[in-house]
Amino acid sequence: MAEPANSDQPLLKTPLHDAHVALGARMVPFAGYDMPVQYPTGILTEHNWTREHAGLFDVSHMGQAFLVAEDKNHETVARALEALIPADVLNLKPNQQRYSQLLADDGGILDDLMVTRVGAPGHEGWLYLVVNASMKEQDYAHIQARLPKGVSLNRKDGLGLMALQGPSAEAVLAKLSPEAAGLSFMISADVEIDGVWCHVSRSGYTGEDGFEISCKAEDAAKLWNRLLSDPEVKPIGLGARDSLRLEAGLCLYGHDIDTTTSPIEAGLIWSIQKRRREEGGFPGAERVQREIKDGPARVRVGIRPEGRAPAREGTVITTPDGREVGVVTSGGFGPTVNGPVAMGYVARDVSSVGTDLHLVVRGKPLPAKVAAMPFAPHRYKR
Amino acid sequence: MTTRYTKDHEYIRVEGDAGIVGISDYAQAQLGDVVFVELPSVGKALSKGDEAAVVESVKAASEVYAPVSGEVVEVNSELEASPGTVNEDPAGRGWFMKIRLTNESELDGLMTEEQYQDFVKSIS
Repeated sequence: MAEPANSDQPLLKTPLHDAHVALGARMVPFAGYDMPVQYPTGILTEHNWTREHAGLFDVSHMGQAFLVAEDKNHETVARALEALIPADVLNLKPNQQRYSQLLADDGGILDDLMVTRVGAPGHEGWLYLVVNASMKEQDYAHIQARLPKGVSLNRKDGLGLMALQGPSAEAVLAKLSPEAAGLSFMISADVEIDGVWCHVSRSGYTGEDGFEISCKAEDAAKLWNRLLSDPEVKPIGLGARDSLRLEAGLCLYGHDIDTTTSPIEAGLIWSIQKRRREEGGFPGAERVQREIKDGPARVRVGIRPEGRAPAREGTVITTPDGREVGVVTSGGFGPTVNGPVAMGYVARDVSSVGTDLHLVVRGKPLPAKVAAMPFAPHRYKR
Repeated sequence: MTTRYTKDHEYIRVEGDAGIVGISDYAQAQLGDVVFVELPSVGKALSKGDEAAVVESVKAASEVYAPVSGEVVEVNSELEASPGTVNEDPAGRGWFMKIRLTNESELDGLMTEEQYQDFVKSIS
């Protein structure tokens, strides 16, 4: 799971690095950062705690930035970003957030990201972006090179970001900010917690209800410790973050989506609103529209191995009679499912739920079935 | 009874002409929660260094190598239902397989308990 680190460069540290070390975390290189993969209790316990209570994740390594229109007009900044992503940005309401993808001209995915129309007073014409840690330099260069005059990219490397996820997240946050705790899914607000400015959105990457909280780097440790002081909250590392998002059927960039996959193949059509599907006007629109009309040649599906052996990324997928039809892009053990789970791309003719497949694990074909995702039900507060 | 260790963190506890093979406490802690174990079939002939079993944590799969050459005479099939035993009791109930040694002199190339503890200190 860890991304290869550039050994020539020292690892970067998030504002919560000291807090992780103090908690006894096992630190590993990830996307150029020294990050906690697990705390002493281990991945299984962290995973289950998040599903049953509330987990706190440091995601400060991710890229946070603003796109700003000089003319303070939402339409100006929305049009600029719509030229790069297939989501409807124009019709975002203030404080509304959407998931989307930066697309290449051939419709391949350069990265996936979150876009929010900033709602704070005096910020008309501002969009808030969150991109993947491993891709942020490329993303910023890509965006910068394609912005029209009058729109600028303002990266905010000095912000911390943490995620509070799980069924207790709302009750925990309500004690600190009733306003933030009352948000609906994919809506955000600027609030104060303990005198600290925070931008809170009701979103996450676990399939659970929860929040992502952005704050200034110098305030991050105070907020982290305040949240952890609640007995319902425990710190969760990258290991459980991966097993939680896999069970939730959510894509990990560089694994389940990349420059070779289109949003339609990846099953992300829900993130392309109707107006954009019809109008196009984004990179790769031709491929996206063609795949919507004719169906893609291959699609991302969920897969349940029938035995207990996990099938990892790269596992070849065949039909029961041995025809190679795809490859696993993420796979492992799902603690909530209590068994192995995987996702991968298969030819469309073998992609319907219930189709029998084989996974070639260590040279042996193991029986598996195409399964509906998510593997663990989403529990978002809509 | 003698226990010997490999640099890959397998142990073999020899009694008579056979040895119980498992992974060390250090190895189970490094792996984290074990969720799946694949064992060899009884009767399989192994050469020293062969892949003898697979142990999978939530994050990754790792091979367990044969510390010595020999024939698999028994496997701990309880691990199939409760792989977490490897974490709870690696030196006891979390054993993987019993091998009948074909070349006892191979044990001389392995580490003693004391040597292994020094080795673990040197890499951690």
